[in-house]
Order: sequence, then structure tokens, then C-alpha cells
Amino acid sequence: MNLSKQQTFSRRSFLKTSALASGGMLISFNLFTACKSDVKPPVDISQLNFNDFNAFIKISDEGKVTIFSPNPEIGQGVKTSMPMLIAEELDVPWEDVYVQQAVLDTENYTRQLAGGSQSIRLGWEPLRQTGATAKQMLVNAAAAKWGISPSECKASQGIITNPKGETLGYGDVVKEAALLDVPGEVTLKDPKDFTIVGKNTSNVDIDKIITGKPLFGLDYKEEGMVYASVLRPPAFGQILESFDDTAARALSGVIDVIVIGEKARIHLEGEKKNWTAQLSKSDKVVVIAKTTWDAIKGKKAIKAVWKNDSELESTESHDKILLDLLNGEKFDTRRKDGNVKKAFANADKILERVYESPFLPHNCMEPMNFFANITPEKVHLVGPIQSPEDAAKVVSDMLDRKLEDIHIEMTRIGGGFGRRLYGDFIYETAEIANKIKKPVKMVSTREDDMTTGIYRPAIKYKIAASIKDGKLTGYHLKEAAVNINMYGLIPNFFPAAALENYQVDTANYKSNITTGAWRAPYTNFLASAEQSFFDELAELLEVDRVQMHLDLLENVKSNPEPNIEYSPERLQGVIKLVVDKSNWGKTGPDVYQGFSVYYCHNTHVAEVADITMENGNPVIKKVTCAVDCGIVVNPLGALNQVRGGIIDGIGHSMYGELTFNNGVPQSNNFNSFQLIRMGQTPPEIDVHFVENDIAPTGLGEPTLPPVGAAVANAIYKATGKRLTKQPYINNMDLEKVVG
Amino acid sequence: MATFNLKINNKKHTVEADADTPLLWVLRDHIDLVGTKYGCGIGQCGACTVHVDGNAMRSCLLPVSQAEDMSITTIEGLSEDGNHPVQQAWKEIDVPQCGYCQSGQIMTASAFLNQNSNPTNSEIRDAMHGNICRCASYNSIEKAVKVAADKIS
Ligand code: FES
Ligand code: FES
Repeated sequence: MNLSKQQTFSRRSFLKTSALASGGMLISFNLFTACKSDVKPPVDISQLNFNDFNAFIKISDEGKVTIFSPNPEIGQGVKTSMPMLIAEELDVPWEDVYVQQAVLDTENYTRQLAGGSQSIRLGWEPLRQTGATAKQMLVNAAAAKWGISPSECKASQGIITNPKGETLGYGDVVKEAALLDVPGEVTLKDPKDFTIVGKNTSNVDIDKIITGKPLFGLDYKEEGMVYASVLRPPAFGQILESFDDTAARALSGVIDVIVIGEKARIHLEGEKKNWTAQLSKSDKVVVIAKTTWDAIKGKKAIKAVWKNDSELESTESHDKILLDLLNGEKFDTRRKDGNVKKAFANADKILERVYESPFLPHNCMEPMNFFANITPEKVHLVGPIQSPEDAAKVVSDMLDRKLEDIHIEMTRIGGGFGRRLYGDFIYETAEIANKIKKPVKMVSTREDDMTTGIYRPAIKYKIAASIKDGKLTGYHLKEAAVNINMYGLIPNFFPAAALENYQVDTANYKSNITTGAWRAPYTNFLASAEQSFFDELAELLEVDRVQMHLDLLENVKSNPEPNIEYSPERLQGVIKLVVDKSNWGKTGPDVYQGFSVYYCHNTHVAEVADITMENGNPVIKKVTCAVDCGIVVNPLGALNQVRGGIIDGIGHSMYGELTFNNGVPQSNNFNSFQLIRMGQTPPEIDVHFVENDIAPTGLGEPTLPPVGAAVANAIYKATGKRLTKQPYINNMDLEKVVG
Repeated sequence: MATFNLKINNKKHTVEADADTPLLWVLRDHIDLVGTKYGCGIGQCGACTVHVDGNAMRSCLLPVSQAEDMSITTIEGLSEDGNHPVQQAWKEIDVPQCGYCQSGQIMTASAFLNQNSNPTNSEIRDAMHGNICRCASYNSIEKAVKVAADKIS
């Protein structure tokens, strides 16, 4: 969708203005009904029924603007970039804007979710319309004051000017503006006139972060608050049988020891079971204490007996089960073009490879925690959560409280990566607070966090290609996954539509280990598998790796197919850009390059990794990345996201692995789980954005998936070894360094 | 429970705590200095880094009973208004993503630059290797340490 021309919108129904008693004007708007993930922009605002408001702009008498940013901030920068869109169209100096995290409006709550890199894509139009509408009302008020037509006025940088050159600040007209009707139509800026969007803008919380101010859930405190530490089953498949809390109760800092689980089961077994409720049904022992340390110590002193409730699973058995599934016949066919079977039967050559990935914990830097205080009037919950709406529903169901009673405040989030889409830690905290009738903070230790997670499940792929007369004739992708298979759009990603014969099949195994979304779900490994496979395929076909992709995309362009997700033109665009910027094929003999390209989360990305060999070990020197995410709202934040995704992708494909033995996770802290560190980070990550006027898409996830293959393909060039199983370090005869 | 006298950010504090309580939790829960973060509790991540007599230390590994008579500086006391050269460099480069690890990163970097104000790239990488940033803001951290070094020298 091209937004270079100006557009008009009607938004009468989703904005409401009011005058504030304290002076100034409040503009309330509803963003999230317009931003549901299944709504494709442009959103027809007039079709939406807005009777509730969950985001606000406040303009004071002095013309200062406060924007209440509604989406949870998990480090992806939306707390900065979403208000930038409003401020752009409102046309105020960014320095006059103050951004505050909005509270979840529980009376009429709607979509408030950080996940899937969708915030910016979906907020692009509604947020700009909101800003433009507010500006129009201020202009209308000024025009009325001067007795002229609004079209004769100009507004910019918070100042309205009439033809005589007289000026009024926004603050001078807020009182009058608040009383005006919301205009039916406003005009959005031409992107070339943007003054805030596209400019480097610092994180709005930067001053608080660098001075250590309370910002995160773990920092939140209330008078009289106690601390809780939860003892959960040590193995998936086990439940609590009995426990002895004598030693714990003897500790001076321990206030009480309680058991929870009953309320969670009400929800888990009920009809309203929500997808965010990934909880063990076991009873759990909770130590209530005066401080965090007292709670942690108290928990260690509990002697619990656990019994087996279902199978205790191990990585070895997962490996076998998933491989059996891949080699078996029981698949769901997710997309089928042409006749793959026939293509394979007629082939002169077939390339078939299996790619394997392990379970991964999220390891958010801030461990799971939440605050709750439950009174007859109100259920007050505060903390880091990516899906507050769903959390409110679940708490309402499990505690049998009216939804209006549930009040969730979101703090800044010390890392999400998908983990905080699930509310298990809120549901536990709510159950604890409901029982002890005191304000309480539940704190998970790192060990709790890593061993009772909602993991990325292990997934294996078998990819096969058929070749006839030196040409690629068929492509068959099979997935065997723990718990849930790839989401519905993925079979329509590249190379769908590039080949006449193409098929995607999936099979799964239900495990009792809790699993869920992890930064770039499915594609985080699928991209590694497919892009490694294409590398090998190009070699077998004796064609240039990059040219093969460009040609396949040319096929897509000449046989346009509505049922694909990616744009062949935009994929070709990023490929050409990365080839140019990385000096592809033109580096010296000591530098080995690996190429990878991928589309996901509406963004197109190509990457080249450069490695050298030092003392027989591959060292990643540089990653060049070309991204097409449409208009870049905040280049500074965007660069952070792109780099973060790439390094995260390198770290987890190289080192990340969580294994299980009899249901017990075999890593529990950073001494047994390797996260990438400074010394393993490529010194240079060279990022290039495709410049265009297309509406922006997200950046939190899409640069992660392709990088694993870029690295594996470079390592192949350097060592002659094809890496197919993650973490790659296990297959490289290298020492696994922790710490 | 015992009583401990601590000197934190040039102020005296008296706390009642078990002798084995890590300084980290004394700072966070007893004294309300929550800028020092909990990440692992076992000395692996650096989120809890403070200065003890000018040296970077992991407050999760330091029992309160051993922290008496030492001069402890936390992120809140690193400067008056966030104007320490390292804080300023962090702001200039816009280092933080989620921000959770950053006070530990800043405390490690500032102690390091105190000892070596003109470091090479590889010295910076070595000095910062012990601090995990799950958001992987490592390239920005490296750059910010260089900027801070320029400001200091
Ligand atoms: S919390 Fe102290 S090093 Fe991680
Ligand atoms: S900024 Fe998120 S962990 Fe470092």
C-alpha cells in the first residue's frame, strides 16, 4: 500500500475530547479495535464501533503534550515509536512531548498486546489520524477566535499562524478546542513532510534507565507488601504429593507457607480456558516472607515429595519421536501445489536433508514476577506482561470476579521474546494474593524462570528437492514439532509459488512440557533450515546461490499468485542491496561469506555473514543486513532492533539448547545455559534499510530468522562442514564455553 | 537477624538482616535502591554490579555481613544527575533496549574506565564480557564505552 499521496479519513467514532478541570484538553481514542492482527490496513475506521477509549493525549494550557502510550514496552521501542506517530501529525516539537505508559482500561478493554512485531504496522494509520484530528481541532478553535476559516490557518511545531502572521500556541486554544465537534475528515501529512518520523529519537525512558529509577515490575513496591516464592514441580509430568514446611517456618523472615493450585485448575478445567494459561495443574507450595531473600531461603527449606502424574519425557525420546514422525506417513498437508510425488518419481537427483532444533527458554533478563493486591473492591495487578487483556479475562474467571474489578498496570518489561505473552506468573500471584489478602510480589529466581518456562519447542524439518535435467522441479517440506505446528501463513512464505510442485506437511507430538511463542515463532529455526538447504541445493545444481533466488523470485513475478505472503519484488530488493553492501563474492581469500534471505512478520530481510578462521575456529567478523520494513519510524530504535535480532539469532543458533532428562530441564542458570556475550558478538553489524514510502512493518523479530543460515553457510565455506543441527557448536568439535 | 552498618552512596544505613543476605537484596528490599538488578544470583550476568571501594563487584555474591566498612556505590550514586561520562555516553548512543541490564553494564564500564581510561577495543570487549545483555545491545555498549573513554581522557 502506497501512502505517498495524502489520504483523508473519517474518525468521528473513535475519538472523544473533553476539557480537563485542571486546564487543558484530553483527547481519548481507541486504538486496539482498529489494530487487531487480522485487520489489514487500511482500516475502515467508520466500520468500527468505538465506544470505549484506552489511549489518551493530554495537551496542557502551556501547550505541553502528554501521550499515554498504550502498548506494552518490551524493549522493542514502541513506547517511543508509537507516540512519535501521534506527535508527527499533531505537529508539535518532540521535546514538548512526555510519554507515559497507559494503564489497561478494564471497563472496556480491547487489544493491548506486544507480540508478532505488529504494533507499528497496525498503529501506523490510526495513530497518525489521531494526531491529525487533534491538530485540526486546535486549528478550528484558533480560526474561530480569529473569525476566519480554518483553511486560512497554518499549524506547525505547536503554533498556529493566520495570514496576518499572528500566532496562537496550542495551549492558548485547548479550552475552546475541547468543546468543538470532532472533525469528520482530516488530511494526513505527505511522508516527505515528516519532521519526527524517520528521525533518530532516543528511548523515552533513557534518563530513568541510566540513573537506576524504578521502572520494571521487579522494582514495584507498595506499603505493607510481602514477597512470595513459589515451589513448582521439578519435573514436567510430576505433581505435588506432600510437603514438610517445618524448617521453612522456623526461619525468622518467613511469614507463612501456603498452597495454591485450586484456582488455577478452575480455569484450566473450565470452559473459558485461555491460550495464555500455560500452567501446571499441580498444587504449588508458596513461601510468604518479609523480603525476597527470605522467600528464596524459605523455599529452599521446604521438603516436598512429588509424584508422577504423566510420562517423564527426555530429549533422547523427543529426538526419536520427531524423527519417526518425519519418516512416517501421518501428516497434515498445509499447502500443495502441483504434484510433488510425481516430480520426485521423475527426478534424476534428489537432495534430502533433516534439520534439527532444541527446546529453548526465553531467559528474559528480568525474571518473571508480578504484584497483586486483592480487596473486595478491586483486583490490582502490576507488572510486566505482554497480553494484559487476556490476563484480565483469566484472572476474572479463576477468581470469579467481575472483569471490571480487574485492574492491570503495565510496567516497563525487562525483555519479552514471547515469554510474557503467557500469564502463568500473574495467575499464580493472583491466587496467592487472593488467599493471603495482602499486597504481595511474586518473584521467580533465575532457576525457577529457566526450569518452569513456556519454551520454544523442539522442531525438526525434512526438506527434499527434486532435480530433473539440471533444473529444480519440486520442493517438499515436512515439519515434526512438539505440541503445535507452524502457523497458517507460513506455508505461503517463500518458496511457495516459485515452483510448480511444492508441498508443506506437518505432524506433531503432544508433550506435557509447556511450550509457546519465542521470538519469531517457527521461522526462527525454519529459516535456518531452508536457507541452509538452498545453499546446498545451489551447490548441487552448480548455480550461483544468489542468482538462484533471484531467478526463483522471477518465476513468482511472472506467475502472480494471490496466495503468497511475501513480495517477490521486495525480496529481490533486499537481496540486491545486501549483495552490493556486503561485497558479496569480492572479499579476500581469508573471509568466508554465507548468504541468507527470508520474509516473515511482514518484513523482508537478506543477510550475509563474514567469518574468518582463527586458530582453527570460525570467528564471525561482520554481518551485513538489508531490511525492507517500509518507512523507518525511528532509525535509532530500528537499528537497535535489527542488531539485537541478529545477535540473538547468532547466539541461539550457535549455543542455545535446553535438554530434558526424565522431565527435568538440564540447565537452570547462566552457568549451564550459554547466552551470547560481548566477546562472541560480531564487531560489525552493517545495516541498510530499503528506502520507500510503504507503510511500516515491525522489526522486533524478522532479522533473527535468516542469520542462523548465513552463519552456517559461511562456516561451510570455511570448513567444508554442513551444519544441520542446532546448537551448531555441538557439531563443530569446539569447546562449549559458558560464562 | 543481625544489625549491619553500611555506607552506600556516601550515606550511612543501618539494616536488620540475616548475615547471609546478599548485598543485592539489602539494596533492593531494605534500602529501596532498586537500580541494582537481579539477573542470576550466581555471579554470571553482571546485572547486580556495584562499586565496592571503587571496584566493580557482583552484589549478588557479597553477603551483607562482609559489606560493612566498605564504600559502596550503586547506579543511583554514580553521579548527581546522571551526568557521569559513562551515563552520558549511554544516552548519546541510546544503548538500552529493554534497559534491564544497563545499570550493571554502566557500573562495570565506569569501574573499568577508572582503571583504564584509554582502552583498546579488545580490552573493552574483555572488560564487558561478564555482563549479559539478553537484548544483545553489545555493539552499542562497545561504542558507548569508547565514547565515554573519550569524554574522560
Ligand atoms: S545477579 Fe549478580 S551476577 Fe547475575
Ligand atoms: S537491554 Fe535488555 S537485557 Fe540489556
